[in-house]
Amino acid sequence: MIPVIGLAIGIAAGLLFEPTVPTDLQPYLPIAIVAALDAVIGALRALGERRFNDRVFVVSFISNVVIAAFMVYLGDQLGVGSQLSTGVVVVLGIRIFANAAAIRRRIFHA
Amino acid sequence: MPESRWRSLLRPTFPLVTVAVLLGILGLAIVAQIHEKDNDDYSNVRGDDLVELLKSLDAANERLGTQIDELTTTRNGLLSSTKRSEQAEKQAKLRAEQLAILAGTSGATGPGVEVIIQDPDKDIDASALLDAIEELRDAGAEAIAINGVARVIAQTYFLDEDDEIRVGGREIKRPYVIEAIGDPSVLAGAVRFPGGLIDTITTRGGTATVTKQDKVTITALADVTTPEYARPSS
Repeated sequence: MIPVIGLAIGIAAGLLFEPTVPTDLQPYLPIAIVAALDAVIGALRALGERRFNDRVFVVSFISNVVIAAFMVYLGDQLGVGSQLSTGVVVVLGIRIFANAAAIRRRIFHA
Repeated sequence: MPESRWRSLLRPTFPLVTVAVLLGILGLAIVAQIHEKDNDDYSNVRGDDLVELLKSLDAANERLGTQIDELTTTRNGLLSSTKRSEQAEKQAKLRAEQLAILAGTSGATGPGVEVIIQDPDKDIDASALLDAIEELRDAGAEAIAINGVARVIAQTYFLDEDDEIRVGGREIKRPYVIEAIGDPSVLAGAVRFPGGLIDTITTRGGTATVTKQDKVTITALADVTTPEYARPSS
């Protein structure tokens, strides 16, 4: 319950203060968000399977975001930024879909 | 067991608060990013993408430039053809006006002479009048009318009829007044020279006088007949 409240507060704060993304963070934020979403969906799946561990979630969330941002940074440095970020998004997207499918199977048995 | 598990999620333990904070950051980031996407500038577009964008814009620019060139050429062609047809129309109009004067279907005005033939004894017949007209034509008269009613053109005929003369079907009374448009001095000279119009008329028993005029206006029109048998040969 508390995490949901945290999410709601975050969204409300975003809508309320309309923060601008710092220029340095701009290339990494979209990828970081996708990575974080992957961690969140994974956590939801774990929650459904009753093996949710907050420590695992915190570590996976932070490491996902950091690794994703680092890969984009590295890609930019290597001159393959757009390709690499596309690759990261694809991989994370596949993971999100797989986790979502697992959740769906658990809830709807389908 | 599940009961206590759910309950534990409600207790504000440190890990749960951490999770909540992370989710809060995620929510904030999502909203901020969406908001960022809304303002439509290129500040958050990657350099490579900008280059691609620029390239595609360049290509589009080039394509449109070629299109502009083609359309300009087409427009110029159309303009010049319009001008050409305008010129052709103008020439055709001019030609039609010239032909209208020749055919006697329009009035004419210009310098010329007025020849008055007095014929008290009714000695002047159609052939004498035709001779007089031929004399004027020979001197370059461009438009001729008799008594202001009979326009003399190529088809005009002269006919004697009961002491009167018919010109192109129109009866004309004495005295005969011939108006001719052309070079006044040339026409007058042709009328006056020995053995010319005046001499001929005098020999036949009439009198003729000629006056040069700066402006002769002929309003008499010839009857227009559509050729029934003759067709253009080309």
